[in-house]
Amino acid sequence: MQYMFLVYTNEKAFQAIPPAQREQAMGAYVAYTESLRKAGVLKSSDRLRPTADSTTVRIENGKSQVLDGPYADTKEQLGGFYIVDVPDLDAALSWAARCPGASHGSIEVRPIWTMGS
Amino acid sequence: MNDDEHARSTADAVARRSYGKLVAFLAARSRDVAAAEDALADAFAAALVDWPARGLPRNPEAWLLTTARRKLIDAQRRRQTVKAAAPELDRAAELLAPAPDEEADDMKIPDHRLALMFACTHPAIDASVRAPLILQTVLGFDAAMIASAFLASPAAMAQRLVRAKAKIKQAGIPLRVPERREELAERLDAVLAAIYAAFAEGWQDPVGTEPARRELAEEALYLGRLVTELLPGEPEAFGLLALMLYADARRHARRTQGGDYVPLADQDVELWDDALIDEAEALLVRASELHAPGRYQLEAALQSAHVNGRRLGRVDGSALLALYDALLELSGSPVVALNRALALARVHGAAAALLSLDALAADTRLADYQPYWAARAELLAQTNARAEARAAYGRAIGLEPDAAVRRFLQRRLAAL
Repeated sequence: MQYMFLVYTNEKAFQAIPPAQREQAMGAYVAYTESLRKAGVLKSSDRLRPTADSTTVRIENGKSQVLDGPYADTKEQLGGFYIVDVPDLDAALSWAARCPGASHGSIEVRPIWTMGS
Repeated sequence: MNDDEHARSTADAVARRSYGKLVAFLAARSRDVAAAEDALADAFAAALVDWPARGLPRNPEAWLLTTARRKLIDAQRRRQTVKAAAPELDRAAELLAPAPDEEADDMKIPDHRLALMFACTHPAIDASVRAPLILQTVLGFDAAMIASAFLASPAAMAQRLVRAKAKIKQAGIPLRVPERREELAERLDAVLAAIYAAFAEGWQDPVGTEPARRELAEEALYLGRLVTELLPGEPEAFGLLALMLYADARRHARRTQGGDYVPLADQDVELWDDALIDEAEALLVRASELHAPGRYQLEAALQSAHVNGRRLGRVDGSALLALYDALLELSGSPVVALNRALALARVHGAAAALLSLDALAADTRLADYQPYWAARAELLAQTNARAEARAAYGRAIGLEPDAAVRRFLQRRLAAL
């Protein structure tokens, strides 16, 4: 089954940590991504730019509304994602728990909607 | 008995004995518990038509399984689009592959019930629906019956069960017994907690006037036994079974003929079921030989101390206190702290116990808990603080849903 790990972290807190530590934190993500790849379970992954760079669009009464900022203001923000292919939820959860984001934020584990199911 | 009745009673007997085994087997790979239940219901319906007409099959369980699998595969074929056919057909083939021999008398259906229970109590399943889910999938209880046992609305219960089964399938929760030792211990806790929740719900009907609840306690005992059989190396499973047996052994002593509540200390020991108590004691010994104490073993040991204390006419207060201390360290539960205070009263007197209750007073979880106020009232009465005792009994009476217990508390209040 395919799952998306949505990595929610406090981006302000992350930006505030000293450069040396931030580098270490980034290194942890690189190592994690690499271990997913080596295990042959990684489909794709990406880091997202901060929510300050985000723009939200919706159409209401036929008129498009464009708003500066993310869809919802929350304490933790979606900062990146992984898509993995593993046998079941237990396997997905054990990978999600190893994601560095699980230690300084939260990982939402969502099954990917496969066509025909 | 005519053929129709005979077919029905055979089908009922197989349903009772094998329902969970058949559901677990049918859903083991697909994780589609709802589809397995539907197919099995169809198979039972087919049996009631087929068996009276053609005679009972040699192996009714295998007949039902074969029929249910055919229904399951039919349903899958109907659902699938051409595009999605390949993996679905693989799954259908898997379902057919390990076909047990319908004609063999000793056919054994692999028992995946424990795996099903672990799926039902997965941390990804909401804790409040775990016990109902086990009752439905392993025992075949319908939503209305489960709802009445758990005092929930049938429609809401049905919806929560449907949602939980969909989650097992869509989120990919495996039907599997955890292999790693630590994980097994952690997850087993949830299985045992669900069984105990079912038992506690059943236990709340002391006079046995509500068949749904009475049956719930019995079925919880059945599940407790099943877990000890399937996991013979788990002392906590023994502990839970022992705990439930001690309680069940006193079932008939909890009320007078007239339906009045009888506290443990006043129960007629003659009314206790000695066979159940002996079984519980033996289980505790077996558990202790595995040298891994835990919550249920400690609670069962407390029951043992109470039961033997009553039988010998002398309860060892300091032994009780030591057990409560150990349990409190393990659970940190305010309810345990409350019971510990009562044991403390036996050893060091009511005044010391009241002091320890005062330390609990700030815990909001106890504010609406009847036994807290009843215990407080009892201890206050013992220290001759009559006005305060009266007020505490008033709180306890106001919080108690069971009329018999209410009457008991009112008599205590009147006796002040």
